[in-house]
Amino acid sequence: MAGLELLSDQGYRLDGRKATELRKLQARMGVFTQADGSAYLEQGNTKALAVVYGPHEMRGSRSRTLHDRAVINCQYSMATFSTAERKRRPHGDRKSTEMSLHLKQTFEAAVMTQLYPRSQIDIYVKILQSDGGNYSVCVNAATLAVIDAGIPMRDYVCACTVGFVDETPLADLCYAEESGGVSSLALALLPRGGQIALLQMDARLHQDHLETLIEAAMTACKGVSKVLDEVVRQHLQEASVLTGE
Amino acid sequence: MKDTPLSNCERDFLLKAIEEKKRLDGRQTYDYRKIKISFGTDYGCCFVDLGQTRLSCSHMFAIVCQTEHLCTLSSVFTVRQSELSVKLNRQLERCLRNSKCIDTESLCVVSGEKVWQIRVDVHTLNNDGNLMDAASIAAITALCHFRRPDVSTQGQEVTVYSPEERDPIPLSIYHMPISVSFAFFQQGTYLLVDPCEREERVMDGLLVIAMNKHREICSIQSSGGIMLLKEQVMRCSKIAGVKVSEITELINEALLNDRKARKAGGKCGFAESMPQERITALKKDETPVEMTDVTETANGIIQKGEAAPQTVPSPVVPVPGVGQVGQGLQNSWGLEDDDEDDYEEEKNDNSGDEQVEEVTKMDVGEGGLLFIYLDSLM
Repeated sequence: MAGLELLSDQGYRLDGRKATELRKLQARMGVFTQADGSAYLEQGNTKALAVVYGPHEMRGSRSRTLHDRAVINCQYSMATFSTAERKRRPHGDRKSTEMSLHLKQTFEAAVMTQLYPRSQIDIYVKILQSDGGNYSVCVNAATLAVIDAGIPMRDYVCACTVGFVDETPLADLCYAEESGGVSSLALALLPRGGQIALLQMDARLHQDHLETLIEAAMTACKGVSKVLDEVVRQHLQEASVLTGE
Repeated sequence: MKDTPLSNCERDFLLKAIEEKKRLDGRQTYDYRKIKISFGTDYGCCFVDLGQTRLSCSHMFAIVCQTEHLCTLSSVFTVRQSELSVKLNRQLERCLRNSKCIDTESLCVVSGEKVWQIRVDVHTLNNDGNLMDAASIAAITALCHFRRPDVSTQGQEVTVYSPEERDPIPLSIYHMPISVSFAFFQQGTYLLVDPCEREERVMDGLLVIAMNKHREICSIQSSGGIMLLKEQVMRCSKIAGVKVSEITELINEALLNDRKARKAGGKCGFAESMPQERITALKKDETPVEMTDVTETANGIIQKGEAAPQTVPSPVVPVPGVGQVGQGLQNSWGLEDDDEDDYEEEKNDNSGDEQVEEVTKMDVGEGGLLFIYLDSLM
């Protein structure tokens, strides 16, 4: 896109944010009563819905049961109306399968699966509106849903996508910035220990800038974790008020 | 097909060896296996050997009608869309396509209408671990080796010249992204470069970093449920930088050799690159093993060692259908002696007859009698 400056001279981005500012994060937990855990999360214009079933007995192939821990199944799909052009194949294509694998990997690292041997936990995430940072929003929504389901985790899993423009890292990319050929790095972090659950980067970036980018991503993730923590505490307060404690 | 699960003792052995910084094939922690690149007769066709992992890469190209003026570069891996193939496919796509290693604009034939479409097919012939690295080497080598036919356009008319009419043109490649895989063990305490198949089975997770020789990172992907620390990632990227420049050297050398061979008019192709493996000499070089005092050492060991165990004498066939090994000990079951003898004689007689009796019982005592009852039909 010629003529569209991703970072102006005064330090403002396309949507008026500063380089290290995150988009507005709003979330609700417990949106569905049927599922064990559910959450709806909006990060800017990207909206995602996450639903968790489990832990329950292995369905389908019994042979995949693990004797010492739970199996986590993830499915990532995008609604057909989520993108500018109607999406023909919401799930089953290679990109969705890859995303599902990444989500599975992230949550296998964070959820304490040793407490539920021979069982299965299903995490379904659906993107209702896609405006950049799909993977990060999915991970954040799924974290809230897993907490809503009462499944113990080592720590919050927070994710953020950061990009690198003009020697400056930009936190929480939107779609216009992502498709502008910016090197983007998606990071899923467990904030308290500073452990990286997933690291994914596309497009060229010089090795010297890698450290700055990872640092910026970790700071952004810690910011996200504060917001998620607020949401969880508020939800708990509301629930305790309703039960009259 | 389901993989046979790895036994616990094998797993423990591998992990213990890795803790002591030893690898199965004697490599160091950061060593790659031997890489061998050979080319086929067609341009754009190559074989890559990474130790025992063998891959072949070929190209298909066509002029297609596209609305955008950029060409598509799709990579196809194995036929089955299993999880592994999806992962490898996506990783290869990201490594090659997103890093923009090829000038896609130069592949446009008629702007807005016709464009070259190049498809990279990578086939795994033998999987001995680390398919990702081998695939990236194969793909980028094949792309560098590939020559597309020359075209000329007159308005809407497109003429494609065959290789005889006009020399084919190589693709314009900006840089060569090569991926380096790091395997993590014991929750990230130990790391190995270029895991072989056994090491892959016991690893906790994998970190793949694709770089080019200008130290630009083209893609990073962590997989498996491992938790990484920032310092680990930085260290891996430094190691990757070193490895990538070595491998790029190797690829350039191989391409140069192939070009020289073709120019000299020599035979080229897979048949030539296969090793002959004929015995051409009867003499062998001296082995680099210390042999001066072997006799004394051997004698000393034999003297200190235990006496050899008594070998069992070879079986004797007293009657057709019965084999006897050894003499047998006294029976210690506490039965009457005469019953015991009758019983044994009876058994002997029975098996001597031509009966269709398939008795597969074996009585074995220490150095004792071994009766093997054979099927009399045989």
